[in-house]
Amino acid sequence: MSVIDIKDLSFAYDTQMILEDINLNVEEKDFLAIIGPNGGGKSTLLKLILGINRLKKGSISVLGKKPSQRLTKMGYVPQNTNVNTDFPIKVIEVVMMGHVGGKRPLFGYGKDEILCAMGALEQVNMQAYAETKIGSLSGGQRQRVMIARALCAHPQILILDEPTSSIDITGQRSIYELLKVLNEHITVIVVSHDISVILEYANKAAHVNKTLSYHDISDKKQTFHTHGNNEHFCEIELLQMLGADNCDACEPEDVPTWRKSK
Amino acid sequence: MIEALQFEFMQHALLAGLLVSFAAGIIGSLIVVNRMVFLAGGIAHTSYGGIGMAVFFGLPIFLGASLFAVAAALLIAVLTLKKRHRMDTFIGLIWAVGMAIGVIFVDLTPGYNVDLMSYLFGSILAVSSEDLYFMAALLAVILFVVTFWYRDILAVSYDSEYAGLRGVNVKFFYTLILILSALTVVIAIKVVGLILVIAMLTIPVYIAEKLSHSLFSMMFLSGAIASLFTLGGLWLSYTYDLTSGASIIMVSALSLGAFLLFYRGS
Repeated sequence: MSVIDIKDLSFAYDTQMILEDINLNVEEKDFLAIIGPNGGGKSTLLKLILGINRLKKGSISVLGKKPSQRLTKMGYVPQNTNVNTDFPIKVIEVVMMGHVGGKRPLFGYGKDEILCAMGALEQVNMQAYAETKIGSLSGGQRQRVMIARALCAHPQILILDEPTSSIDITGQRSIYELLKVLNEHITVIVVSHDISVILEYANKAAHVNKTLSYHDISDKKQTFHTHGNNEHFCEIELLQMLGADNCDACEPEDVPTWRKSK
Repeated sequence: MIEALQFEFMQHALLAGLLVSFAAGIIGSLIVVNRMVFLAGGIAHTSYGGIGMAVFFGLPIFLGASLFAVAAALLIAVLTLKKRHRMDTFIGLIWAVGMAIGVIFVDLTPGYNVDLMSYLFGSILAVSSEDLYFMAALLAVILFVVTFWYRDILAVSYDSEYAGLRGVNVKFFYTLILILSALTVVIAIKVVGLILVIAMLTIPVYIAEKLSHSLFSMMFLSGAIASLFTLGGLWLSYTYDLTSGASIIMVSALSLGAFLLFYRGS
């Protein structure tokens, strides 16, 4: 079943074309990695899916409806969680921001909301920090809290923008391991620079640089090991392959000459 | 100081000081966490335009200043939501133009007799009963808004983009915070004057921020700290015959200095 369906989408800020003729189909329980250069339109695409940016040309449907009608089905983890660290707010309060709609008590938060938020914190293994001020957590811990906030509304799709950009290596790995577990039940879409890690966990990859090229990478051996040269690829090669219009680039004759000579 | 309490003007001054301190503590917290300090400064100064117009048209000063400040807040809200990247220029403009309007209207008023200094530096010893009602009513409104809409205000202040995605009306709450700031600035003018008001909105808040784990505790702690500073400043002003607004600010600033020197925490 397809959860996100994008057809013939183009987007421009003023006159500058950011995205052109984008078609993308995200299946249920996919782990989609969106990669590509800075300024290539990754975040713009994400914001279109989330309904933050207004759609101008083409169509996006999320679970069969317009993005703005599906906000409660999408959990969003924004980029860079190191802003506003002085803000006096407890972890549990950040998570409860994730609640949406439904009946709410006259003042403060309802008991069910607190329970639900605690449940979300447990999912990311941060329940011990519920009463801690957000600013005193490490970057990786804070990112887990942001994921819990997104999970709070029980989304069917979890969307993360550069979730590991300000986190140390071990923290990055544990975030991806967490996403892998979550992916057993929900669809995960991750925008990242960090392609080697992403390719270990993702089963689909979309390279966005104004246009989009899509790859099913669920069978990594077949996708990446047909080049004669086995075992290892450097990130530049991976990007070249994924950035190509189709998998023809994967054919041995298209491998850059410096590579062939090996 | 105790014997001074038998005077009605002193009772009014104390009561006004407490009411304004709590309003300033709560709204100051919102101003600081939303990074709106410069905005609040602009609103404070531009409200002098309202004072000038009220003097010219013979209206109550509070009314004139409130209407003008709220209008300025709305203008700033519209500009911020439309042209965020040029905000500093617009605020600077509004800041100066408001004051210029005030000065010109005071010039035009026949038989000019307004004590300009009392608006620039406060006149807490001249608080009337009507002023007190106005202050109490505003504090009641502020208390209602921040308790009833606490979670929305918290969400908008902490992460407005996310709050918008969760269905919170970000523009409404942003504008509401600005309007409450404008009204708080107007009542604080009576206590410390429009030039010094910005210190009252930020110094107690800065200390409270370090000691609080939630926005709620920060708001009320700020109010309590501001009250202490106001009472201390009043005592100083009464004992040594100093300007009350300036005394309050100096007590605040020295306390902040001591706090920074001795506080060792996260």
